[in-house]
Amino acid sequence: MDEIKKYTIGALVSNKSGVLTRISGLFARRGYNIESLTVCATEDPEISRMTVILKGDEYVLYQMIKQMDKLEDVKKIGCANELDCVYRELMLVKVKADAEARNQIVQIKEIYKAKVVDLSIDTMILELTGDPEKLDAFMAVIEPYGILEMQRTGVTVLARGQHTLKDRDCYSDHIN
Amino acid sequence: MKMKGADILINCLLEQGVDTIFGYPGGAVLDIYDALYRNGKINHILTAHEQGAAHAADGYARATGKVGVCFATSGPGATNLVTGIATAFMDSIPLVAVTGNVGLSMLGRDSFQEVDITGITMPITKHNYIVKDVKDLAETIRRAFYIANSGRKGPVLIDILKNVQVAECDYEPAKPYPLKEFDINMSAVEATAEVINSAKRPLIIAGGGVISAGASEYLKEFAKKLNAPVAYTLMGKGAIADGDPLCIGMVGMHGTFTATKAVISSDVIIALGSRFSDRVALNRDLFANGKKVIHIDIDNAEFDKNVKTTLHVLASIDAYLKAVLPLLEQKDGAWMDEVLTFEQGGRLKVDTSIMAYKILKAACRIAPEGNPVVADVGQHQMWAAQYFAALRPRQFLTSGGLGTMGYSMGAAIGACFGTGKLATVVVGDGCFNMNMNELSTAVTQGVPMVILLMNNSVLGMVRQWQKIFYGRRFSQTTLDKKTDYVAFAESFGAKGLRIEREDEIESVLETAYSYAAEKCAPVLVDCRISCDENVLPMIKPGATYDTQIEKMEEN
Repeated sequence: MDEIKKYTIGALVSNKSGVLTRISGLFARRGYNIESLTVCATEDPEISRMTVILKGDEYVLYQMIKQMDKLEDVKKIGCANELDCVYRELMLVKVKADAEARNQIVQIKEIYKAKVVDLSIDTMILELTGDPEKLDAFMAVIEPYGILEMQRTGVTVLARGQHTLKDRDCYSDHIN
Repeated sequence: MKMKGADILINCLLEQGVDTIFGYPGGAVLDIYDALYRNGKINHILTAHEQGAAHAADGYARATGKVGVCFATSGPGATNLVTGIATAFMDSIPLVAVTGNVGLSMLGRDSFQEVDITGITMPITKHNYIVKDVKDLAETIRRAFYIANSGRKGPVLIDILKNVQVAECDYEPAKPYPLKEFDINMSAVEATAEVINSAKRPLIIAGGGVISAGASEYLKEFAKKLNAPVAYTLMGKGAIADGDPLCIGMVGMHGTFTATKAVISSDVIIALGSRFSDRVALNRDLFANGKKVIHIDIDNAEFDKNVKTTLHVLASIDAYLKAVLPLLEQKDGAWMDEVLTFEQGGRLKVDTSIMAYKILKAACRIAPEGNPVVADVGQHQMWAAQYFAALRPRQFLTSGGLGTMGYSMGAAIGACFGTGKLATVVVGDGCFNMNMNELSTAVTQGVPMVILLMNNSVLGMVRQWQKIFYGRRFSQTTLDKKTDYVAFAESFGAKGLRIEREDEIESVLETAYSYAAEKCAPVLVDCRISCDENVLPMIKPGATYDTQIEKMEEN
């Protein structure tokens, strides 16, 4: 087996009910190890965009792309690792913040350029946007104060410059 | 023109050239069956069970190359299709399955005979649809046929809600969507030609893709130019005629001795439309063992999935062979001469001592030449593949990938309706007990077929594995049924015959085939064979080709 890495796969899929089931069903039955899955609407009402973080080796990566490519509802697919891309994720975290901790947390959030979006007597909700590694780092620092709950959106990714997913040929043409 | 959804369905099927449908009516498809009745242009074959209908549509598709169509009602009707759909999916057979479902207002409320058949069949179809609005119906049906037939073929299911069947909508006739032409990467083809030209001992493995692409003629030309042996997979049986001087029989777990030796001795393996399943590659990591592997397939996801390839070309087999033929140099016959010596020295090509061999060889001689042969799953399937010569593509039908016991009767009915020819069914007594209900269909519909019931009173293949791998502990493989199959056949209105001794084979089979042909009716031949006949040679699962077993030590 080759080296296990994290791969980011982008796909444009039909914006129809059942598409997510089809794709997640494929992952489950072929045993692909998915770390996160983000789905959203796009500028085209008929198309959704999906970003998948896969943990696996190159064999799994190519199998997953090729198997996904065969699905009728998958229109375009590509691996972001091959391109120079911007990765962003948004996180909301509700942290314990009594009067004593509050100032320290505010200092931390200044450094990470997070925002305070809610404040109560002993809690605070912070919002942070950035690449996934930055979010991880922020979490590590904020964790000792006591995290009450948190949510991350999953990764969104776009390639820099002229590249767009919809202008790609069918992926199969690329790897042949 | 305004018409009801059910009538749109029938008209769209006619657009696609559908002449035969296999199915079973029920509450949620009453409107569809009413439209079928009123239209009267499509022949509907009522089976005994929906699974039989799905297998019949599959057999029809395999025998003709056209898309097979089956109908079933909602709920249990739909779930009964599942095994048939999965069978077609694993063997890349074009099928359109139409099911009814409850109306939109009832959907999702656990209504009577409601089941989420699109959810259930998602992993076993190329694609499936639930049609909730009559405006989408015609386009969905046309897309379904296109998807079933394009690229790597496969089954598509359309679930049509009751309200869609009765709702009215404008219908404009349309032609079937033309299949897309594949662009072939010429530099990849050239690269393969270079390797093939420099090969000393090339071996061609012909898979089901040769048959679905209709590439047999090109394959023959290709093999002649290379002067190379052609081994076929179970799905590729018939891609090259058994008996062709370059054909060395089946490859894989129960492949011929020559094919096995050829795999070992070859320096380049050219796999055409074959997916290196575990029954062919056996040990996927050691299969190639330093040889070059050239893989041609229409499905991009097959490359490097099981066996790592040296070169591959994404193309239908006919397109590839057409493109590569002019680039190839004529090779001499030295390698093929060597291959022909493999069998010498008392080594068995296949086991010729067993009763199954004698019966199938005789049947092969007596059956009308080139007529469909449908094998079920198990020992008899392998024997049929080894002993019953297939002379043309689409002659030998069997469930290869899924290995569906109970496949043969339905499939043979479909093959008969597709070709109008008498079919031979090779079925074990285990399998026959799973689909014997369809004998009634064959009688009612006047289907000419000879059923060779290889009756050994055991589940032979599982028993053979218990012999080899489980210390002869025959757990639940002894059937020992008291069924009198001759009387059974007669009670269904079919002809029943029996072979108990070797000297009866010829005369009973002569009677069986002439009766079936003359009366246009099914004949069942209860062939009594020993429970200890084995399928040989054999390579154990996951083993390498040099470990082929020719004889069982246990016997």
